[in-house]
Amino acid sequence: MKMNRRKFLKSSGSLVVGVSASGAIQSLIAGDALAQGVSFPDPSPERLDTWVSVARDGQVTAFFGKVDMGLGLETAIAQIVAEELDMPVERVSIVAGDTLLTANQGGASASSGIRAGAIPLRNAAAEARRVLALAGAERLGVAANAVGTANGEVFVLADPSKRIGYGQILDGKPLGTNVKWNKEMGTPLNVTGEAKPKSVADYKVVGQPVARRDIPAKMLGTTDYLTNVRLPGMLHARILRPPVGAAVPVSFDAASIASIDGARVVHKKDLLAVVAEREWDAVRAARMLKVEWTNPEMNWPGTEGIYDHIRSAPAVASNGESAFAGKRVYDETPTFKALAGAARVLTADYECPFQSHARIAPSVGVADVKPGSAVIYADTQKPHFVRLGIAKLLELPADKVRVMWKPGAGSYGRSDADEAPFEAAVLSRELGRPVRVQWTRNEGTAWDPKAPAAVISMKAGLNDKGGIDGWYMRSKGFSGWDVKFTADSPEQTLVGMQLGYKKWDMHNFDVPTETYQFANTVRFWQTVAPLQEKASPMRCAHLRAPQEVQTRFAQECFIDEVAMATGRDPLALRLAACKEPREIDVLKAVTEKAGWNAADTRPRTAKGDVVTGRGLALYNGYGSYAALVVEVEVNRRTGHVWARKVTVAQDSGLVINPASIKAVIEGNVVQGLSRAMCEEVTFDQKTVTSVDWNTYPILDMKDAPEQVDMVVLNRTDKASGGAGEPTLVSITAAVGNAIHNATGVRMRRYPFTAARVRAALTA
Amino acid sequence: MAKTTITVDGRAHEVAATPDTPLLYVLREELSLNGPKFGCGLAQCGTCTVLIDGRAVRSCVTPVSAVKGAVRTLDGLALGGKPHPVQAAFIAEEAAQCGYCANGWIMSSIAVLEKNPKATDAQIRDQLSGLKCRCGTHMAILRAVRRAAAQMA
Repeated sequence: MKMNRRKFLKSSGSLVVGVSASGAIQSLIAGDALAQGVSFPDPSPERLDTWVSVARDGQVTAFFGKVDMGLGLETAIAQIVAEELDMPVERVSIVAGDTLLTANQGGASASSGIRAGAIPLRNAAAEARRVLALAGAERLGVAANAVGTANGEVFVLADPSKRIGYGQILDGKPLGTNVKWNKEMGTPLNVTGEAKPKSVADYKVVGQPVARRDIPAKMLGTTDYLTNVRLPGMLHARILRPPVGAAVPVSFDAASIASIDGARVVHKKDLLAVVAEREWDAVRAARMLKVEWTNPEMNWPGTEGIYDHIRSAPAVASNGESAFAGKRVYDETPTFKALAGAARVLTADYECPFQSHARIAPSVGVADVKPGSAVIYADTQKPHFVRLGIAKLLELPADKVRVMWKPGAGSYGRSDADEAPFEAAVLSRELGRPVRVQWTRNEGTAWDPKAPAAVISMKAGLNDKGGIDGWYMRSKGFSGWDVKFTADSPEQTLVGMQLGYKKWDMHNFDVPTETYQFANTVRFWQTVAPLQEKASPMRCAHLRAPQEVQTRFAQECFIDEVAMATGRDPLALRLAACKEPREIDVLKAVTEKAGWNAADTRPRTAKGDVVTGRGLALYNGYGSYAALVVEVEVNRRTGHVWARKVTVAQDSGLVINPASIKAVIEGNVVQGLSRAMCEEVTFDQKTVTSVDWNTYPILDMKDAPEQVDMVVLNRTDKASGGAGEPTLVSITAAVGNAIHNATGVRMRRYPFTAARVRAALTA
Repeated sequence: MAKTTITVDGRAHEVAATPDTPLLYVLREELSLNGPKFGCGLAQCGTCTVLIDGRAVRSCVTPVSAVKGAVRTLDGLALGGKPHPVQAAFIAEEAAQCGYCANGWIMSSIAVLEKNPKATDAQIRDQLSGLKCRCGTHMAILRAVRRAAAQMA
């Protein structure tokens, strides 16, 4: 049986009315779709019906090949589709991330949901409107140019009482036409039709603060979360993790869990798991199972030794020779010459810790593997690539695997989300039953891919007038690509490596967008070898604003250091060094809103336990521009830092939903503060020691700011930029600058924990 | 297997579970509830919070055999399709990104406000301290709790 998209839609009734995806999916599961030989072919991007379908009652469903991780993307996409179709937004439903129903648009990645992901939807909706208007004109018996569209209907311009609804026009049939596909897959995928999308001046729905449609269900407890997937006959599994990073299981004692009804062990190469009929029994079995592990020699440098390790370790790759991302050749010679001839050279090293995604809930995956096909339930950011990876792992053609994306815990990059679905697939194949793998808190914090630690070295050559004649920036750290940005092959997961797939050998860090223009500038990165080659809890991957928090911490603090050393206002120095008008606009907007005072930028000299200060920082990326002023209170006795007030000015181009973008910016601010103040992966010689919320704390409610002010510049003349990351990137730097302003002490290592700040203040 | 009777959202249930089984597993697996969620299993995050006799309790570390009072869950809060005032306030303020932690904040806020609807901002922050929101929706949560307090006072 071929369960293609068309059959699915018919059988599920979603062509008839906008049946919720979950209801449709449940009916599919209840049927025989998982019988041997079932196929799940890719929807063709070239068919207009892949993007938009119209039910008999006029409800439109748009099929989005990315996913909404809670930033309001689903609502924004519905607004964009409704706009082009001249529909009320409530009558547009969105199906997202199911690999059977949506084209591979690359998943959630690099704040691209709107700036790239919306483009084919916008084009397809515009084309659908054109096709519907043509067909409507025919039904109304008038010429094609004699009709308009409004409110989901085609009407006669000369007599608007003559009209016909979109649903009536199609009467349950497909749109049936093609669009032009640019032959790309993933985020660059685009399609175009004959119709041209509306101009911004005509927008009625886009730009309005439409309420987020995912919110009520989240508060009422009715969201169709991944964690709620319960399949008939489903087994519960837990994975056994070694006590030492590189250890692997040698043997286990089955008798140690014999007292637990139905509990069993699966041991396959380096993968060791327990399964049970009931979840609590799986938990108990994982705790009780006696395992003999190998005892490899481990010599990680430990949390405190990591920066000396990075400084002394040989560089194994750089952006001058990077193979995958394309190389960016750099030459240090002119900069070194300029520094040698400078009246004064400022240098500073900035130290950036490993950080964890630490999702609020650790990885979950459910797999139902039958001979010849598999259905996987996952909350990964990139379901289409997970499908490819699992197909390879199961040795099935891709069209025999379907990944059904479900909302889950927030993810913020290549988190642990991609791991449990692969493990569930392996176990389900072994056991011939549906399997649910649930990671523990320990795994979610200690074993998720990490943001890489780094030392960022900055140098500035100053002339005798304080001008900057040379600028040097070297990022040296662990590669952000131990794990690829997509799990499109088994080696991108722990279980893949446990089963013998060899680690991906690619390297990447980050070279900042060239915000500041100085003569004789060199910016480059080098990476050092991973602490552990195979299946490492310290493997690195992208964490929200990958490697950018690190590089901007250095860049945005160092430019303040130069301003201090040359007696300038940090704002004035930035304005002079920026050439991009949109950067200048956000700098001016944020400092005006925050009441920046050029005369109050030297370290303040207040006495008393609690002192205050403020810091500025800038970011440019993802097609957006963000500037921040953070005001802190520093308790000099305890070292505790509170960001009392944060002011943001952001230009993300055209704003789709002004309410949502404010929420996104606020979330960025708080998570950014968490990374600045709290978050640091700790480890000893053998293993990760930050394993839960006590050992890997995040920003507590008590430390939430008193006030977050913002200016959102709605640039209707510019394409929408990404909003998921830009505000977060430079917060660490802004806080560092604020602490300096408050205390005169320059913190060159984050997070700014109370202990670290207290130590710096008393040094 | 041992049978235990627990009262959840006004209904008594006889459930089969070993006495050490955490209440969370009983609610989710035996009663198929979706409100309380697994986040840590260590009472560190609050996503599993339920109310027992008006107190916010972390169901992930509460053995079912220790449950004596009546359990209220997120699933049972809305009455006749009408959201609880705290739910309504969280909806109005759109106080979630992923929403996975919302259960903990809503149930804990109910416990705080039912005891003291006039809670000050400092008291709200203090009494909600320890709950985790990884997406960073703290500001919206504070607005939602203040809005709910105004409704319930």
